[in-house]
Amino acid sequence: MIVELGHFALILALAVAVIQSVVPLIGAERRNAAWMAVADPAAVVQFLLVAFSFAALTYAFVVSDFSLSLVVSNSHTLKPMLYKISGVWGNHEGSLLLWVLILSLFGACAVWFGGNLPPQLKARVLAVQGMIGVAFMLFMLLTSNPFWRLEVPPLDGQDLNPLLQDPGLAFHPPFLYLGYVGLSMSFSFAVAALIEGRVDAAWGRWVRPWTLVSWVFLTIGIALGSWWAYYELGWGGFWFWDPVENASFMPWLIAAALLHSAIVVEKRESLKAWTILLAILAFGFSLIGTFIVRSGVITSVHAFANDPERGVFILLILGVFMGGALTLFAARAGAMEAKGVFGMVSRESALVANNILLAVSAFVVFFGTIWPLVAELVFDRKLSVGEPFFNAAFSPFVVALAAILPIGAMMPWKRGDAGRAMRPLWPVLVLSLAVGALVWAMQTGRSALGPVGVILGLWVGFGALADFWARTGRGGALAGRVARLGRLPRADWGKMVAHGGLGVTIFAVSAMLAWKTEDIRVVQVGGSYPLGPYEVTLVDVREEAGPNYTTTMAEMRVTRGGADVAVLFPEKRVYPVAGMPTTEAAIDYGFLRDIYLVIGDPQDNGGWAVRSYIEPFANWLWGGCILMALGGLLSLTDRRYRVAAGARRAPAGVPAE
Amino acid sequence: MRGFVWRGGLKPALLALALVMAVPVHAVQPEEMLADPALEARARALSKGLRCLVCRNENIDDSDAQLAKDLRVLLRERLVAGDSDEEAVAFLVDRYGEYVLLNPPATGANILLWIAGPAMLLAGAGIAFATFRRRGSAAAEGLSEEEKARLAEILKE
Repeated sequence: MIVELGHFALILALAVAVIQSVVPLIGAERRNAAWMAVADPAAVVQFLLVAFSFAALTYAFVVSDFSLSLVVSNSHTLKPMLYKISGVWGNHEGSLLLWVLILSLFGACAVWFGGNLPPQLKARVLAVQGMIGVAFMLFMLLTSNPFWRLEVPPLDGQDLNPLLQDPGLAFHPPFLYLGYVGLSMSFSFAVAALIEGRVDAAWGRWVRPWTLVSWVFLTIGIALGSWWAYYELGWGGFWFWDPVENASFMPWLIAAALLHSAIVVEKRESLKAWTILLAILAFGFSLIGTFIVRSGVITSVHAFANDPERGVFILLILGVFMGGALTLFAARAGAMEAKGVFGMVSRESALVANNILLAVSAFVVFFGTIWPLVAELVFDRKLSVGEPFFNAAFSPFVVALAAILPIGAMMPWKRGDAGRAMRPLWPVLVLSLAVGALVWAMQTGRSALGPVGVILGLWVGFGALADFWARTGRGGALAGRVARLGRLPRADWGKMVAHGGLGVTIFAVSAMLAWKTEDIRVVQVGGSYPLGPYEVTLVDVREEAGPNYTTTMAEMRVTRGGADVAVLFPEKRVYPVAGMPTTEAAIDYGFLRDIYLVIGDPQDNGGWAVRSYIEPFANWLWGGCILMALGGLLSLTDRRYRVAAGARRAPAGVPAE
Repeated sequence: MRGFVWRGGLKPALLALALVMAVPVHAVQPEEMLADPALEARARALSKGLRCLVCRNENIDDSDAQLAKDLRVLLRERLVAGDSDEEAVAFLVDRYGEYVLLNPPATGANILLWIAGPAMLLAGAGIAFATFRRRGSAAAEGLSEEEKARLAEILKE
């Protein structure tokens, strides 16, 4: 019964979304306040209905209702409760319901926090948001209904993919979706602005928080996924340039560009058309990501042909929204006249460079991701595009971006002077180059990636600090400047933390790629082997049973110079219901390095295959991502978003700095 | 060339969520490794650029599929037989097609893929520069007639 109510609520939500996307739009056109006012309750009711529907599906998973086809194929009575719940979105149908839930949540948030939006803009934004809801709810109800019942329910389910039975992955999809779907708000604002034909500083100020929120969630989501891949997949890597990873990375890059260009709209009323285009593209890439993930088209053209219904439907959604928005853009972009002029050397120009680099790098990832498909369909060549291509084609853009970032961040608005911007940065540059050279000298014969990463990481990281310090004013007493730190706007804190986080991430990625130590060998029980400065002993291997799996667990002791460092228990699990083995690497997390052990198969001569890694600065990678997300959150709490965010100011009075 | 479709018993959606589709990996096995460290290092480096044909986007060095193991052994046989890196890779490409290369060679249509990024960068920089020149010259012209009149008015007051 509850399941049927959930199903019904979803259909009702669709009906409400249809009203939400039509009535307020007409109302805004005719300046009819009553029609526009329909948007608010519609968005809230839509959210409540979808939330009820989601709760009903969750209930079915929690009580293991095996009359539901989705529960049968993704759950099992023995599964721990956390994974029963995460199983709701650990599949195609349920994850779409989560998608729509978050979509309607953002719509409701626009109602709750958008009290100061002009009524016409708000009506149009919510109408566009409603249209996206209609498209996805239709997609669900027509091709991927999570509420299908089975005529003859089985006694037990088929279990969730054991790789997904992991806390890191339980929370990875919701965060990613919050980011993906959050970009729909930026999209709706962009389309609403195009319909209205006007973009001003206030528009930039409204769009930026939504973009910032999405970007923060995407950052956390991607970091969680990467962390999961690192500890779960068991070969010590953290990023594989897999199409599904790229699908989340492309919107992240575009969102990063968008949240920078929105600053220019807000502060200088320039780059308006470009910012609108980025907002459309950011959501476009979210949809492309959804298409890639949901249709399976990139995995294999054949997989797509086997079940074309869903893929075609998403392609249709993509075509309608992108085609519609871009047509509107072509027709109206000319009207977005820029107000603020700026010199060639200025913060605006630096942000343009940032935008070009981020956008182009997103497109490089995009081309690499879809190229196998294009090559097969158009040129009849069956080929692969993998890690070596992305490393070669993508990295130069990151290097260029990191190189200009600190200088651009120091630039004043309107007109700057490169020499003056560099003044506080010279010590940082000298420090980075000196440490880089030292590293280069110490690691003779190894990849150049290490020293280059050190230089870029220090340059960006300490550059962010130097910029922050310079904000306290030039010269003056030290105590006074320190006191001033606390009074700097949160946006400055956010900028420093986020840029610093990027520096840490760049450093950690290079360090892990360049200085990883690897060891593969057969070890007898009781035997030991050296691993870098450590000594590793395989103490014991035993069989044990978990709640829904059996495991082969090794006990391995790590010592250094006779002193105990850690005792680690790498496992090999078998989940009998899903019929799948998984590897659980054992990791000793450290500040400067992780020790990463994986137990393999038993050998004919009685030993065990063992893989061991020392992963330098692994935690810095996740730490850098956390810093970036934290920076975004700090920026989000800036006073200007909390106070009078809505006041459309007379734009003439924007000061130069 | 028929074996490329993922044939696991899992639903595609699950696979998609799993980010990387590998069943957990044991990858290179100790018994496969060559005694000569220089040769083995070459084999490892080459393996990272070769695709496990039945896996999703995984190189043969990381994969524990049987086919990946066969390819690793085959590659090492070629190296032991005295092939250069290029010859050993060419041997595999002959057998399995360019699908086996994770780094698409910049030949034929692939040139489009390789120059797409730099071309877009140049185009973007060009457009930005042109826009800037146009706008910059507009700014350099100074005040419009209307603004001059307004300025005169202000100065008069």
